[in-house]
Formats: sequence, C-alpha cells, structure tokens
Amino acid sequence: MAQAAIELIGINKSFGAVRANRDINLEIARGTIHGIVGENGAGKSTLMSILYGFYQADSGEIRVGGNPASIKTPNDAIALGIGMVHQHFMLVDNFSVLENIILGAESDALLKRSIAKARSELERLEREYGLDVDPDAIIEELPVGLQQRVEILKALYRGAEILILDEPTGVLTPAEADHLFRILKQLKDQGKTVVLITHKLREIMAITDTVSVMRQGTMVATRETRKTTVEELAELMVGRRVLLRVEKGEAEAGAVKLAVKNLTVKDSRGVTMVDDISFDVRGGEIVGIAGVAGNGQSELLEAISGIRRAVSGSVMLDGKPIDLTGAADPGELRDRGLAHVPEDRHHVGLVLAFEENENSILGYHDDPRYLRGPFLNVDAIMADARDKIEKYDIRPGNPRLKTANFSGGNQQKIVLAREIEQDPGVLIVGQPTRGVDVGAIEFIHKRLIAMRDQGKAVLVVSVELDEIRSLSDRILVMFAGRIVGERGPEATEGELGLLMAGVERQEAAA
Amino acid sequence: MSTPYAKLPAWADYGLIPLINLSVAFIVAGFVVLLVGENPFRAAVILVEGAFGKGTGIAFTLFYATTFIFTGLSVAVAAHCGLFNIGTEGQAYIAGLGIAIVCLSFDSVLPWWLTFPLAIVASAAVGALWALIPAYLQAKRGSHIVITTIMFNFIAASIMVYLLVGALKPAGSQAPQTRNFLAGAELPKLNWIIELFGAKIRSAPLNVTFLLALAMAFLVWLLIWRTKLGYEMRTYGHSPKAARYAGISETRIIITAMMISGALAGMMALNPVMGDQHNVAIDFVSGAGFVGIAVALMGRLHPVGIVLAAILFGMLYQGGAELAFEMPAISRDMIVIIQGLVILFAGALEHMFRPYIQALFASFSPRSVGMEAVKGKGA
Amino acid sequence: MDFVNAIVQVLDSTIRLSVPLLLACLAGLFSERSGIFDIGLEGKMLVGAFAGAAAASVFHSAFIGLGMAILISVAFAMVHGFASITHRGNQIVSGVAINFIAAGSTIILGQAWFQQGGRTPALQPGERFESITAYVISNFLSTYSFSTASFADFLASIRGLILYLPALLIDALARIPGFGPIFAELVLGHSILVYFAFAMVPFTWWVLFRTRFGLRLRAVGENPAAVDTAGISVAWLRYRALICTGILTGVAGAYLSMVQNGGFVKDMTAGKGYIALAALIFAKWKPVNAMFACLLFGFLDAASIRLQGSPLPIVGKVSAQFMQALPYVLTVVLLAGFIGKAIPPRAGGVPYVKER
Repeated sequence: MAQAAIELIGINKSFGAVRANRDINLEIARGTIHGIVGENGAGKSTLMSILYGFYQADSGEIRVGGNPASIKTPNDAIALGIGMVHQHFMLVDNFSVLENIILGAESDALLKRSIAKARSELERLEREYGLDVDPDAIIEELPVGLQQRVEILKALYRGAEILILDEPTGVLTPAEADHLFRILKQLKDQGKTVVLITHKLREIMAITDTVSVMRQGTMVATRETRKTTVEELAELMVGRRVLLRVEKGEAEAGAVKLAVKNLTVKDSRGVTMVDDISFDVRGGEIVGIAGVAGNGQSELLEAISGIRRAVSGSVMLDGKPIDLTGAADPGELRDRGLAHVPEDRHHVGLVLAFEENENSILGYHDDPRYLRGPFLNVDAIMADARDKIEKYDIRPGNPRLKTANFSGGNQQKIVLAREIEQDPGVLIVGQPTRGVDVGAIEFIHKRLIAMRDQGKAVLVVSVELDEIRSLSDRILVMFAGRIVGERGPEATEGELGLLMAGVERQEAAA
Repeated sequence: MSTPYAKLPAWADYGLIPLINLSVAFIVAGFVVLLVGENPFRAAVILVEGAFGKGTGIAFTLFYATTFIFTGLSVAVAAHCGLFNIGTEGQAYIAGLGIAIVCLSFDSVLPWWLTFPLAIVASAAVGALWALIPAYLQAKRGSHIVITTIMFNFIAASIMVYLLVGALKPAGSQAPQTRNFLAGAELPKLNWIIELFGAKIRSAPLNVTFLLALAMAFLVWLLIWRTKLGYEMRTYGHSPKAARYAGISETRIIITAMMISGALAGMMALNPVMGDQHNVAIDFVSGAGFVGIAVALMGRLHPVGIVLAAILFGMLYQGGAELAFEMPAISRDMIVIIQGLVILFAGALEHMFRPYIQALFASFSPRSVGMEAVKGKGA
Repeated sequence: MDFVNAIVQVLDSTIRLSVPLLLACLAGLFSERSGIFDIGLEGKMLVGAFAGAAAASVFHSAFIGLGMAILISVAFAMVHGFASITHRGNQIVSGVAINFIAAGSTIILGQAWFQQGGRTPALQPGERFESITAYVISNFLSTYSFSTASFADFLASIRGLILYLPALLIDALARIPGFGPIFAELVLGHSILVYFAFAMVPFTWWVLFRTRFGLRLRAVGENPAAVDTAGISVAWLRYRALICTGILTGVAGAYLSMVQNGGFVKDMTAGKGYIALAALIFAKWKPVNAMFACLLFGFLDAASIRLQGSPLPIVGKVSAQFMQALPYVLTVVLLAGFIGKAIPPRAGGVPYVKER
C-alpha cells in the first residue's frame, strides 16, 4: 500500500448531546481517490470539517504525510496542503473569479500585485488541469458547474495536495458530474489525493479506488472499490438490507384531478425555471418527477401550490382553474382539496419555534374547526394534534413540545399528518424523505401509496432516483425547466439518468 | 432555525436568566455611580424609597409605568411579527396631534368620559397611520423598516415642531405648545386607589390611562396567543416563507401588525397629554418610545413581563428624580444609562450567561438539559 | 455682492455641517461593509465629542483631546463588537444600547467632573482646532512680522522656515480682491479635521477597493463563510472594521465639540448619527457617493439655517422644519426604490454562525 497522505486516529466529536463522530479511524493513501459514503447525518461532513480545521475534534489525532498535525483553523489545513470544496460554495457572489481565488491567499497587501500574480498562476493551473474559467467573470453570472471549478482552482492555488470534495455532484447534471470526474482523475494522475464525500453509490463505483462507509457517526468499513458491490455498500450504509421497493398493487388511474398546461415560471432574478410544461395527474396514481436539483422542480411545485406567480399557462384542479397571477391564496387551494408537503420543512412546512400542536394547523388555521370567531379553539387544536400523534406514531408524543426538538423523520410526519388528514383530493409532495431516517422512509412511502389506493392524485418530486422509481406509477423527467421524457416505473436507472442529463436535447442543439 | 443553545427549564429561561442579565446591568450602573464619587448602595436605597416609600412616589412610579406599558407593548407586538419598530417614539409624538384636535374641539362641550374615548380612537388612529407608511414600504417595496421608522421619527418631530410653533399655538403665546385643555379633556386621577391603602398623596399625575394600559396588556396577550391574527403574526415573525406557504398575506400581516403597534404607541400620548400636562407641548414623549424597546426586551415580549418591566422603569424614573434631588452629582440621566445597560445585557447580550447556567444545570442533573438531537441537518 | 456673499456663506457652512456627517458616514461604511449594521454611530460620535472636549480642556491640548475622543469612541465600538460579534447579539439592539449609554453617561460624567450642567468648560485657543488661516495668521504673520527681534528667532527655526512661506502665500492670496476672501473662507478657512474628513474619502475608497484588507472586509460583509473557510478570522476582521468605525466617529465627535463648538454640550450630536446613516444608504455604501450625500444633507441644513423666515425666489417661504426633514424624506423615498435601489451588503445584520 502506498504511503498514507492522511491518517485519522480515534476522532471523536459531539455537538451538545449529538455524537457526530465516534472513535473514527481512517487512512487515506497518497495519490488515490478515496470515497466516503453514508446516509445524511452519518457524520461524513463533520469528519471532513475537522480535517479542514473548520471544527476541532474533542479527541483524537490527525497525521498528515505521516507527521502528527495540529489543525486548529482552515489556515493550518491550507498550510498542510489540504483544500476543500464545500457542498455550498464558499464564494463571494459579487466578486470576480480572481478576487475569490486570492481571498485569504493574497501575496501582497495591495490588491494590484496580488491579482497580477494570481492571474499568471491561474493561467498555468488552467492549462495544467484543463480548468477553463474567465478570471474576470463575476461569480453570480457563472453556471454552477463553473462556480465549482473556481472552488477547485481556489484549493489548487493554495497549493493543495489533498483535495476534499463534499457532495460535489448534488447540483450538477450527470454530464457536468462526468466532467468533474475527469478532472478528479487528472488530479490523481498528477499525484494529488482526492477525498470524495457522497451518498451516491454510483459515483463511488465509477471513480474511487477505495471507499469507506460511515453510519451514525461511526466508520463501519473500508473496502477496495473494485472488490465491493453497490449492494454490499448499501447494506453497510443502512445496516440492514434496504427495502428498495415498497409493496404496491397495480394503479387504477381514474379521472384527471390535476392538469398542468403550458406552464411557465420565472424565479426572482427573472430566469425561466419552468418552461412551457404540460402534464396530468389522475386520481389513483402517483406521478413522480425526477431530475437533478435546480432544474425547475421547486418552482413547479411552488407555482402549483399558489406560492409562486406563474408567467403563463394554466393549472386546473378538478377541472377548475387555479389563479396563477400570484394573488392565489394557498389557503383557498387547500379548501379546494390541494394539499402540499413542501420540500423545505424547516423553513416552509413548519415553524420550528412553534409547539407541535401549533404546527399541526399551519395553513389550516382558517378552518372553522380550529376557531371560535376570531379566537383559536385551543381545546380542539390540542385534541386534533393528539389524534395525529397517535395515528402517525409521532415521537415524542407531546403536542406541547417545541417542533425543533423532534427528529427529521418525526418532523416530516407532523407535516404529512397535517396534510393527509385533511383528506385532500390532490397531494403534492416535495422530497418526501429528505433528511429522514430509514424507518420513517418506509412509513412515509406506505402512507403515500395508501393515498393513491384511496383514489387520490399524488405528485411526488424527488432528487432520489430510487425513491421515484419505487413510488411512481409514471415518471416524468425534468431538465432545464422542461419535461424531457415520460417513462414507466420499469425504466432503468441508466435510461432515466440520460434523460436527467438532458442528453437528447443537447445532441439536438449541437 | 435551530438555536445553538440547549433547553433550560422554563423558570430558568424566563426568570433566572433575565434576572441575572438585569443584575449585571445594575452592577455596571453601580460602577458608574462609583465613578462620579457616590455610594451606589445608598443611591439604590434612595431610588427604591423614592419610588415606593411614599404614596406620592408610588403614584408617580405607576404614572411613568403607564407610559412604558404602552410603548413596550407597541414594540412587542411588532417584534412578534418579526418587525423591529424603532418608530414608537415618532408614532406617539404625532398621535399628540390627534389628541390635540379632539381635546381642543370638544373640551368645552363634552365631559371627560366622552372626550376620552374619542381621544383614544384619535391617538390610536394617528399612531397607526404613522406606522402604516413604513409598514407599506416594507411590505411592498422592501425598505428596511428599522431605517424607515427612524426616519419617520425625525419627520414626525419636524411636523410637530412646525405645528406647535405655528397652527397649534394660541395667538399671542410664546411657548411652543397648545393652549391648556379645559376640564372636559382632563382625565380623573387614580390616586384614591393608593390612598385606600392608607398612603398619603400630595399631587401625582396617575390617572385612568393606567387602567387602559392594563386592559391593553391583556388584549395584547389575547391577540398574540389566542387569536388567529396573532397566530398568523407569530408565524410570519418566525418564518416568512412558512407564512407564505400557509396562505398568510405578507402585505396584510405586516401592515396589520405595524398598525396595531402604532396604535399602541399612539395611545401612550394620552397619559402625559390628557392625564398630566393638559396640553400638547414640544417633545412631550421625551424618549418613552425608546424606553419601550428596553421594556419589551426585558419583558421578553410577554405582556406580563412588559407590565413588570414597565413598573421597574417607572420606578427608575420616579426614584431617579428623588436621587437627583438627594445626590446632586447624579441627574435623572442616570436612568438613560441604566436603560442602555438593560438593553445591552437583556437584549443584545441575552445569551451571554446562558452557557454558564447550562453548564451549571448540567452538572446538577444532566437530564434537565437533555437536548433532543436535531437530526437530519448536515452530515 | 450681497448675493455672492450669501452664497459663499451657505457653501462655507455646508462644508462645516457636512464634515461630521461625512466622518460618521464613512465610519458607518466600514462597519456595514463588514456586515454589521450600525445605528450606534450617534452614540459613538457623542462619547467622542465628550471625551475630546473633556480631555482637551483638562490637558490643555487639542491633540490629546482628539486622541481621547478616538480612544473612547473605539472602546464603545468594541462594546458593540463584543455584543454583536463575539456574542452574536442583535446588531440593532446593541446599537440602540450604545446610543443610550452614550447619551446618559456623557451628561452624568460631565456634570460630575465639571459641574456646568453637563457641559465641558469652554475650550481656550490651543485646546481646540482652529482654521488654517486663523492659525497661520495668528501664529506667524501677526506675531512675527511686527517684531524684528523675535522674527530673527523665528527664521532660525526650521519649522518656521517651512511654515512662514506658505503663510505669506496664504496671506497674499487672501488679499486678492474678490477671489481672495472667498478662497480664504471656502478653501483655507477650515480646521485640519475638515481636510482630514475629505481626504478620508479617497483614502477609504483606496482601502476598500485596492488593498487586501478592503477585499476581505467587503467579502466578510457579503459572505462570511467564504472568509472563514479561506482561513481568515471573521470575528477579528469585523473587529478591525469596527476599530476603523470607532476612529472615524471619534474624529467626528471631536470635530463637533472642538471645532464647530468650543466645548461639549449635552446631546450635541442631535441626530447627526442617524442622518449619517441615512446618507450611507443614500450613497449605496460607496465612499465617493457618501461625500456627495453628506454635502447634500449638509447643504440642506445650511440652507435651512440661512433661510429661516426669509422667502425664496420661486417657491416662496420655506419652513426650517421642512428643510430639516428633507434628508429623512429623501432617504425614505430612496429606500422605497423610487430613485434607484439601495442594496445593502448581503450578510449585513446577521451574526455569523458556523453552519452545522
């Protein structure tokens, strides 16, 4: 085995009562690509943030190139040749590429000289690694793929020998991701060490030499990639065989409940995010929308649920139009039987500072059941909340507890209980199981299928292809604001992946 | 939006920590007293005796408290909706205009118990209207409400000066104020309540507005925690996105909350104008709007806390007057320092001592601070 | 001639009234560009004014006064930083607290130390900053040109040699009919702090856009996480920005009590900190714009004083209150987005917490 670039020995880290990392040991060989996989919340990012000096371990030892290292700040990490590309880019949006690259690594107190030096150095790096970026472009005007390239250049400019990438493909199309992987391989060929954090097994299999699996804050296994399988890794990640498919019968699709026609939506900057989309959802079926995050799915959901204004097009709910001018009242849509489980439960679907019972009426607080004139009917609200806690097995079962104190899965159940128990005709769900523990995933999937079996129309948006494939009766793939294809649930991952990458469209354009 | 702090038992959260913060503010104020060469302990004794020692003192304390209950509630209502209304001062000031119009028109024809309701409506309406513009600009144009309400304080002051040296000033008078109101716009005193307890009162301005203030405190509690509107305001205050999702109109809720806040601020003017001075004079608010910030923060935005904090500040104002009399080196401006220190320690440095308290609690019983894991955030 | 005279006088007082605004506005620029909203400019200016006048009067030195003004003002800025950076408290709440503490303590300490109703003793010559012309003429021309004996001593000193020639030049220029007095009044008739204030405009621009410190300062106001991961301490960077703020508010305060007024008077800032804040927004957080905004607001103030009661040609009589309220009205109009949009630094107002 090659010499170790990094050794982590007995790393522990707690946040309050949460033990994010327990007694972690890890050795990463020089000049390899090492993957670290695990579910959300397994402790991957925490571990890498410790290595980068962003957090400090409670105990344990770090060795870099065989020597014990004390990494207290990112500066220490940078000095040891460790660079990191964060999941959320650490760029100043209204600065130029060059300004971002020199930030914190200025060679001189005066900018002019720092920038001049950086410019020639950047040209060299761009040539060497094929990382083309216009050095004077303003970050916010660049597409995400290029912004990520700037992050990599930033690390290389600081002389990184070891490059950590945290979930780098979350915002990329498969094509952009492939490009990234080519860059990473090139870095490896130049002798750099790459650490790739991801929860996507496909990527691990495609590019890494070695892979370590984390689960609930512990390091459960390290394997040579070519000697392992996706199935083995998946099992290691979740700790038991994953239920990839939920049991469900044939769909009995009925009448059209939700009809979207030529819908176009722009975001706050005026960029077209949903581009002339049309589709139907019938009663008794689950329609899944697959796609890489940021291809207009969020805006689509927001427009249908009346939160965001649409530019043109129409949405019919049970044959009657929805007001898309932005004047739409989400409350009125609820009355008409449209329930919405939003993607972001922390800021949208719930008020974390509220008691559980207060959240159980959010959006339905206009319902006369919960009111006495202008006053809240506290008794009715509490009784209702207790009822839902029982039915959905929400834990801890205390309706007076602040919502922030529930786990992700239980928070999601609070939202689902609220929306499903209103007995809506149409249910739209964004990222049904994001940040939800495995046990709750199964529960949530079963609930959604039960809704379908009751003859409701269910629209699910998820970036997890597995989830879409196991839930949906029909799969629509969104790319760059358009629906680029429709497939049945039997469609293969590869087939859908190509659609998600917009391959057909790109070829047509070329 | 998970707070980085663990949970404490409610009594520590709402009692112990505010008490510690308050004590620190007073200890620092004590050092200022030392700095001017006086004995802080004697100063404290004079202060408390001045505020509660005699019937007159109590009446004055409650008179000042009345003013601060209104401004404190005003700041708190806006804060529950996530808005920092720093314009309470200007809203109260301009409300004096509404009161002036009512009182000058009706004081010779109506008895006080008819003028008073009219004046309540007028003061609340003018205060609400003055808050409406910044609220509208925040809701529709995204102008930062802190800045616009500050600007509106100055604009209100200019308007009031303009009117008080012009249209509102009786002909031939030099003083920039309205004429004195007649009996029909003078509010009855409440001093007899204190006298019931056997205390003697020479003359003190405590008046029926105090009861109005207490009623408003109850109504604000009802509004915030027991009505649909309050629920909507709190939803918006915690998360504007959740409010949008729940079908709560941003424009409507911002404007409503600010108008209620402005109305409460406006009612504050009733106390000094109709209860004490019986005229509208330049700068009659004299900073009470800003005291409202301190009162609201100290009262943790809860009406009960606000009434208690208002009484504390009333005590400081009244006791401070006595103090200035007994200790010439200390003027009433000492209160302004204390006010600032309270805002600093109970507001901006609210969480300074929390980690230590938590460590202390944890060392006694780890269970009591057993923070539930907030799972699913980050990896 | 009367008209010209009036214009010169208004322009002159425009400069005098703009200076404290400009200094405070640039002070606010450093703070807000680093991501800390600062409504405590008023308080820091006030303690600066008090500390400056008090120290100048006790130590009989204008420069000791200035130093003290800066020191105390920076100390208050550090309190703001302690609350809003170290303890992540609400920046607006801590700013309000600072204003109160400043307003109360200047009066209490002033009364305790000087027993003049919250005032500091009237400053004597040498304890305050005088205008360049007054300084030059009183110290050199008037003293030395009439006494040959001391004149020789004077020439002997190198310092005198350097200063005497410009003094003669200034004197000569001031004697040119028509242009001379205007020149002497408008360009040279100010204290050194005025020149400092205007020199700070290009200097601030240079620091912000041409130095490493400026790059980092702007970055931390836009995205502190980017600064943190680049290995720079967010807290220390923001503290340094606040030190700059404190220095400038200190000078602004010193100007009020040691130039504009011959001593400290209670509440002498009278809302100037808030006008400066308005000017900062008006200037969209840019240094050169800030100068023009402050000159505009200073002009409105000067004009309102000048026009008190006297009618204007076209519009007729304008009330002083209207002119005084105008800066605030203009700022509200700007904020409402009717004349361009003022976009504040993106991370402003939010304490930086490492993401978990």
